Amino acid sequence: MSWSVGAIPGRRHADRLLDCFHPCQDDRPTTSFVPSPEAIQASAAAPLQLEQALQLLAQSGRPVPAGEPGSPGWLQELIDALVDLSSRDALTGLANRRSFELALAREVDRVARSGEPALLLVLDVDHFKRVNDTFGHAAGDQVLRAVATALLDSVRPMDLVARIGGEEFAIILPNCPEPFGATVAERVRRRVERAPVLAGPAGQPIEVTISIGGAFAPQWVRSTPALWVERADQQLYRAKAQGRNLVQLEAGAVCFVSSEERQALFDTTFGFEDLE
Amino acid sequence: MTAPAPRRSRITAVTSGKGGVGKTFVAANLAAALARLGQKVLVLDADLGLANLDVVLNLFPKITLHDVFTGRQPLDEAILPAPGGFSVLLAGSGMVEYSRMTPEVREQLQKVIDEVAPRFDRVLLDTGAGISDVVLYTVSLADDVLVVATPEPTSLTDAYATIKVLATTQGRREIQLLVNQVRRPGEGRTVRAQLQQVLDRYVGPSLDGAVRLTLVGEVPADTAVREAVQRRQLLLESLPGALASQAVVAAASRLLDLEAA
Repeated sequence: MSWSVGAIPGRRHADRLLDCFHPCQDDRPTTSFVPSPEAIQASAAAPLQLEQALQLLAQSGRPVPAGEPGSPGWLQELIDALVDLSSRDALTGLANRRSFELALAREVDRVARSGEPALLLVLDVDHFKRVNDTFGHAAGDQVLRAVATALLDSVRPMDLVARIGGEEFAIILPNCPEPFGATVAERVRRRVERAPVLAGPAGQPIEVTISIGGAFAPQWVRSTPALWVERADQQLYRAKAQGRNLVQLEAGAVCFVSSEERQALFDTTFGFEDLE
Repeated sequence: MTAPAPRRSRITAVTSGKGGVGKTFVAANLAAALARLGQKVLVLDADLGLANLDVVLNLFPKITLHDVFTGRQPLDEAILPAPGGFSVLLAGSGMVEYSRMTPEVREQLQKVIDEVAPRFDRVLLDTGAGISDVVLYTVSLADDVLVVATPEPTSLTDAYATIKVLATTQGRREIQLLVNQVRRPGEGRTVRAQLQQVLDRYVGPSLDGAVRLTLVGEVPADTAVREAVQRRQLLLESLPGALASQAVVAAASRLLDLEAA
């Protein structure tokens, strides 16, 4: 099965992100490109301009590719390093928004096929602006790095931790059964709360907390990455509204109709006029 | 990576929260009405577990979707002409084993739909009742959803739950409604209004946009319907002048108007 976002029902309403993703990468055979003799000849005639690429690698603290410069092996290593560089957030080293979106699209596709439960958490540092304003941007950066470390420390290696915005993070937790969701999210929240961030002017600790919103991917149902993010975001909003330093997870996948709603369905005083 | 070829077919899932509200009756007769209005229509029996489209149409083919799924027969062999001038793809009774949505069933269903869709103007997916994973998955394959409900309190509650689930888990913001077995003219509008108001109050605020229910039609409670079902004939074929027949034709025509708008 391969499909594009264009074929997803309901996308008109939730296409804020990820418009260009075709979540079918898993199905595709790995393509290896073997340069033709002509191409090699052409590259010898017009040498590749790699200075900037090498500078970028050096700046990010990565080693220079091993082997004979210009050889296929060396070029492959260089490309791999650039790919890694372009999928990471420069400040924290976490997955960046680009690779998060790619991973999310894959996970939506996987859940739809396998029916495995998967949880998406979106996290936001509480009162981050206040940290920046009070202690300066360097301290703010230190807080973000500390949060990143705390997040990585509190999840499994298979989970993807990403920085998706200024002080906004996300974690994709594949194969996370629903009863465990709240426990995991709570562990993440507490881990951040307890991690000391020594970023004050004299190295004194700054109190850092996060708010977390979470939603499970609808199992078996073809959904969209954007919709999933939107649902988790709504829960994050609730966590913020309810006082921050809190976890809010969307209620179970099966939709609940409250007795109040039932009553409203038959409440004749509710108004019977169709204004259509 | 190539984009999929543009599909001219429109896939409409016909569903209902509750069983026994005439969902299959509506799907079959709506298909006949759309066919009369010039559309090339296929009804796919997507109620894989408890299909009864075959009973409504009095068609008991040797080759069904089951044979296609198991690879015993090519898809074309399973597509049959139905009495109302449309085509059907029936599930057959051998499908009980598909009442759970396994990855294999999903792939198969998707493949079949992808293959038939370009050949028709419209594919109607006659889904099962309820909000099972099979139903939700089938609905997720459709462009539009038509919810069939009756004014009965239980049907209304189940229709509401279905709409709420589709809005929250699939991001549906436009849902079509057909009210069956109305006891007085205008009751369909009342039902729509009531559902809409409760949606606006309890579902809309938690989403990024309101869920809009559009009334496609209301079909009166008509003894002709039971008569046709008992004779195992399509209402539109056997009693085209019946009030219910006229209502279904009106609904089909409204559906096309809505889509053209």
